[in-house]
Amino acid sequence: MADIVLELEEVSKAYGDVKALVDVSLQVRRNRILVVLGPNGAGKTTLLKLMAGLLSPDSGRILYKGNPVNAGLSRQLRRKVTMVFQRATVFNTTVYENVAYGLKIRGLPKAEVEERVLEALEKVGIGNLRDRKARSLSGGEQQKLSLARAIALKPEVLLLDEPTVNLDPSSASAVEAFISRIKPETTLVLSTHNLFQARRLADRLAILFRGRLLEEGEASRVFSSPTHPEAARFLSGETFF
Amino acid sequence: MGEAFHLLASGNHEVVAVTVRSLGVSGSATLLAASFAIPLSLAIVLKSFRGKPVLLGFFNAMIGMPTVALGLILYLLFSKTGPLGPLHLLYNPVGIMLGQAVLITPLIVSFTTSALEAVNPDVRLLARTLGASNLQEAAAVVREASTGILLAVAASFNRAVAELGIALMVGGNIKGLTQVLTTAIALETVRGEIELGIALTVILLLIVFALNLAVNLFKRRLG
Repeated sequence: MADIVLELEEVSKAYGDVKALVDVSLQVRRNRILVVLGPNGAGKTTLLKLMAGLLSPDSGRILYKGNPVNAGLSRQLRRKVTMVFQRATVFNTTVYENVAYGLKIRGLPKAEVEERVLEALEKVGIGNLRDRKARSLSGGEQQKLSLARAIALKPEVLLLDEPTVNLDPSSASAVEAFISRIKPETTLVLSTHNLFQARRLADRLAILFRGRLLEEGEASRVFSSPTHPEAARFLSGETFF
Repeated sequence: MGEAFHLLASGNHEVVAVTVRSLGVSGSATLLAASFAIPLSLAIVLKSFRGKPVLLGFFNAMIGMPTVALGLILYLLFSKTGPLGPLHLLYNPVGIMLGQAVLITPLIVSFTTSALEAVNPDVRLLARTLGASNLQEAAAVVREASTGILLAVAASFNRAVAELGIALMVGGNIKGLTQVLTTAIALETVRGEIELGIALTVILLLIVFALNLAVNLFKRRLG
């Protein structure tokens, strides 16, 4: 299946006695948005970190374009799959230097670095902030910077971990608008606990609960006729707590 | 006091020679200690290994080591009958430099470890997801802690240049060979050459204050 970029096969991960993910199998398809929906503590961040090569599974396999990702390949994976964290993290440098970091460590020529940094900053609408200290930016601006830093690398897969959860409504809608703009040309995995956001953005939907994948499929189908009873409860807005 | 400032203003040969030797010995000691202590601190912070708290506790305890005690230990090691006697480090500037490096290594390790531990752990993950190798990831963490590391190195240089015990016991305060600012101040004062003692003290204080000023300016620039 040429359009499957990333694949998880019965992947499990635990932190001590706490099972974060149990036998999760999932596929990420080219140029589509997979939304991983679930309440807090469902294992969404762990799932994305595994996809990003930042964690290794305890069992199961992760395949990138059909090839299993082992320890030796995980850095190669990290150069193809980039993750934007829930809490915007920035280096203590300027906005420009933050975005340039990933390009510089790839050894790209200076002119190309500058071109790609400026293009990415313009895309997320913070081109005017290029010389500002990243730590002096607001939360919304820092999250936009995180997005710019990720898209400047032109990753094969972009992973967004609850990208709007710490933002005010206007910043959140700006970030969502940006995601919608890049949607046609980007393979994206987005985690959220927000049903409405999932409805707005998802091509495919995966519902995660207590580390288990309850349901996965085309978003329209999962929203209209979920097959798993707990997934149906969650999608109807019933609380899990 | 007038004579002291005359000695400073006229660039007295003896004063200049002692100052240059002090800067050379303590500067080299700081570079040597930092080149060992900073990678060690990185390993302590980034790696998991048994005995980590014990190692850190040892370095923290060593910060308070009296310089005369260390001077005596080094004297015994470097003396003709000591295990390092054949290296002829006693009454030698290299011996003082090594002694000062031993003195300040715990200080750099302790302060640098604190600075590195204060770096947001997400910075490491960020560097990794942007494609950094292990070395590039470590460099990113060091860069985030650069202000703290710089302060640690500057404080250690100050400790080295201002210490007396090692310079006196290992160096022997030999004029023109191992005499440094602190030993010269002690000797000239005891000999009644108060003006020269004051001139040397002013230089020592200027070195310490100038370094602190430079570090503060750099810190402000880094934000």
